[in-house]
Amino acid sequence: MDDNEIISGLVRLIQKAETELPLDVIYALRKAYECEDGIAKIQLENILKNIKIAKETQRPLCQDTGVQTFFIEVGKDFPYIGKIKDLILTAVRKASTKIPLRPNTIDPFTHRNHKDNVGNNIPSITWDFIDGDMVVITAIPKGGGSENMSKLVMLKPGEGIEGVKEFIIREIRNAGGNPCPPTVIGIGIGGGADLAMKLGKKALLRPVGIRHPDNLVAEVEKSLLLEINKTGIGPMGLGGNVTALDVHIEKAPRHPASLPVGMVVQCWADRRASMVIYKDGSFELAD
Amino acid sequence: MIKNYSIPIHHDDITSLHAGDIIYVSGDVFTARDEAHQLLLKKDVHEIPFAFSDKALYHCGPLMEMKNNEWRVISAGPTTSFRMESFEQDLIKKFDINMIIGKGMMGEKTRKGLENKGVFLVYTGGAGALAADQITKIKEVFWLDELGMAEAVWIFSVDHFGPLVVAIDSYGNTLFRS
Repeated sequence: MDDNEIISGLVRLIQKAETELPLDVIYALRKAYECEDGIAKIQLENILKNIKIAKETQRPLCQDTGVQTFFIEVGKDFPYIGKIKDLILTAVRKASTKIPLRPNTIDPFTHRNHKDNVGNNIPSITWDFIDGDMVVITAIPKGGGSENMSKLVMLKPGEGIEGVKEFIIREIRNAGGNPCPPTVIGIGIGGGADLAMKLGKKALLRPVGIRHPDNLVAEVEKSLLLEINKTGIGPMGLGGNVTALDVHIEKAPRHPASLPVGMVVQCWADRRASMVIYKDGSFELAD
Repeated sequence: MIKNYSIPIHHDDITSLHAGDIIYVSGDVFTARDEAHQLLLKKDVHEIPFAFSDKALYHCGPLMEMKNNEWRVISAGPTTSFRMESFEQDLIKKFDINMIIGKGMMGEKTRKGLENKGVFLVYTGGAGALAADQITKIKEVFWLDELGMAEAVWIFSVDHFGPLVVAIDSYGNTLFRS
């Protein structure tokens, strides 16, 4: 495996995530454009124009290039497991000047900007181990405006799924236009406080328009999407029919005493790109 | 046909604008986010190194690139305006601002601050590449070392910047429901 090749592949992965939206997101935004008129339609027209310009010029869609966030599935027989993290850190540093990325990592105590988008625990990497000998890396750069609207609640189990729905709708109303709607909402239900939030973020990996395989969960996703779009918040909070493009739920068993719910809000720029690295060091990029 | 207004905007034009109107603007803007707001409020007016009364305030933390000793704008859409809500009324007063460009809602204090005086216009959030293409000149940057790229005060010339929606007008009307 040639480290430099992988690093330039990873830089391309970040560039693809920052400059081109996945087709499922573009399709959902085009559909939203058809559903709106007046001010709401103009917002979506600007969004679609922006997507085109960013792709053609390979410039980041949004000036907030986000916090570099990766979800990695590592085949347990991949021969270079120990190298992956260092290669990602190097690629993020390189991408910061090459693409470029906005320097978005600030020490919370000293306010010092790390300038290269690398610092303690950042980029954020979530590891999962799978069978096989390849690695799948998904980049989802996460913007601050939408992340600021994310929230955790520890409901009483007695509040049930109805309580979950009430919490989500209340928070969506509070967020209004701030997270740059139409948004994609990732919801983690169950686990503990940390796992609920992580599942909420992980839910964003699923393409827009794809339902949870468990029918019970899928029905809640559908009814929440309907309720959110009834709020009338609309694109950019300026009123309209499309406030969210989709709602994705992931679940884990809960403790008998707890019902944790993690809501992760993603802006319309639902940036996501993946890369597969094979055991011989060759790789491919995909949506 | 969407009308284009020059910055600085005349008071008669301000009073002709109503919440929900769609416009373009051309002229000079200065960027300021949370930290720049605090810094500008701390300083005496005569200490400010640029003329502010002939410029619009733009809530933006741009992505810039230095190439061949020259700044280039890569992506520069608006940032969430509500973070500046607690500072804005004072800033409007101190710097005689009559045009603010941002995204999302602003609150009661900003609405009051703009009454009989100015407008709050919203640009489509996340449309950073589109906005960058409407910025024709990077004139100056202040407090770059101190505040960093996103928080520094950048002076841009913009041409047919928009389409922008009048979200708060000078009559106290707003597009946002509370």
